[in-house]
Amino acid sequence: MTTFGLPWRALSLVAVLAAWEAAGRFGMSLSLPPFSEVVAALLRLADDGSLVAAIGETLRPVIVGTMLSLIVGVTLGLAMGLSRVTEAAFVGILICLDTAPMAALVPLIASIYGVGFAAKLAAVMLLAVPIVALNAYRGIHAVNPILLDMHRSFVGSRWRGIVTIMLPAASGMLAAGIRLGVAGAFVGAILAELLISTSGIGELIVFNRAIGKYAEMYAAIVAFVILAAGTLALLRMIERRMLPAERWAGAAVA
Amino acid sequence: MTAGIVVRDVHKSYGGVTEALAGVSFDAPDGALTSLIGPSGCGKTTLLKLIAGLLEPGAGEILVDGRPVAGPGRDRALVFQDFALLPWATVLRNVGYGLELRGVVRGEREAIAHRLIERVGLAGFEYRYPHELSGGMKQRVGLARALAVEAPILLMDEPFSQVDEQTRRKFQEDLRDLLSGERRTVLFVTHSIEEAVYLSDRIVLLSPRPGRVTDVIDTVHDRAMDPDRIRRDSAYIDTVDRIWHILRNYLT
Repeated sequence: MTTFGLPWRALSLVAVLAAWEAAGRFGMSLSLPPFSEVVAALLRLADDGSLVAAIGETLRPVIVGTMLSLIVGVTLGLAMGLSRVTEAAFVGILICLDTAPMAALVPLIASIYGVGFAAKLAAVMLLAVPIVALNAYRGIHAVNPILLDMHRSFVGSRWRGIVTIMLPAASGMLAAGIRLGVAGAFVGAILAELLISTSGIGELIVFNRAIGKYAEMYAAIVAFVILAAGTLALLRMIERRMLPAERWAGAAVA
Repeated sequence: MTAGIVVRDVHKSYGGVTEALAGVSFDAPDGALTSLIGPSGCGKTTLLKLIAGLLEPGAGEILVDGRPVAGPGRDRALVFQDFALLPWATVLRNVGYGLELRGVVRGEREAIAHRLIERVGLAGFEYRYPHELSGGMKQRVGLARALAVEAPILLMDEPFSQVDEQTRRKFQEDLRDLLSGERRTVLFVTHSIEEAVYLSDRIVLLSPRPGRVTDVIDTVHDRAMDPDRIRRDSAYIDTVDRIWHILRNYLT
């Protein structure tokens, strides 16, 4: 996939950016500068240090929030996969949260957590925890029951079965959930910055839009996309190297 | 105390609706190979799972070497129709998995696993993963895993049904050789009449759902004979014929 897909992916990106450049030069809208101007603005922002500061500001809740979301989400997901009581208690709520319009809910966080770091953290977790937990839960449920029968037939304990059968079997779904959770964490952080406390990359976007510096506004958005997509690509690479699940890709039942 | 497996008037239904077994009784004598044979849906696999302790009977009694079955036990080892190998583990770890669960230290269980891998004819594949193996090889791993724990009772659930015909014949002969030196009680589920007659001392015939025992046939051909001669032996052919005539009644 990578050998064939990569040049085409690059080509599609180049095509979109070229269209953007053309639309900007053609003067389609005042608020759409050509891509080359956006790149120039990006370099300016990087040069004067405001971009680095903003990225640092945005990454802080993303990193802390992701850590907390992984602890809470994985624990919750595994508990739901292993116990019917926890499953009944949490699955419905998490599915609602997972599908709820977060842009509408995030501003409400301010009434509880104010407009500081805690609010950003809450937004990150609101987006990341449901995804992480539901994927972990589905991973446990997708474990081949024949393997569990086999484990029981050799008089293996339930606890041992969780460690030697369920966790390795669910590791693929678990990792995918973690990756999607990180994506959710980025979205949560930027939503909080746009809707609650103007700071970080969100502030760069809001401020530059307000004063009509659209090239700078797009530059901030592009920087955010590169940051988030880069992080996800890195996670995917780590996943491929580490996971046993990748070693038996294509062999669902062996 | 009666050694071997004793099944007395066992009933099992699923969800209180589908009756899988309706009063099954038979004996699988100690040290012999007994086959369960019957049309699909006769509850063969259910019966084997009950004896393995993976399911509980609705009514009736199952004794293994004189003791009532209450859950899985170290006296029984199971070979699965779908192999049930850990896809993320090497052949070596898979074969040693039963020993691993029993707390046998790594060096010792790997030594045992190496020996059994050799015995089932998979030497050289110790560090391969299940997806790199053919169906027949996967089942050899499943068999080695079951043999490794040295349980006196071996339960085999249609072990060759996922294996092609040529491999199957070779596997049957190998299984006979593997078991000939040992005194294990084997219960073998199959839907192949030839396989049942070729391998078994006793054959238990089950009716379609709800499963009942219709006949118990003890084979009379000399099992020490050369495999190719057995398949042409008149006692062997007569038994195959007899079972075929009983099972034919269930075909619609």
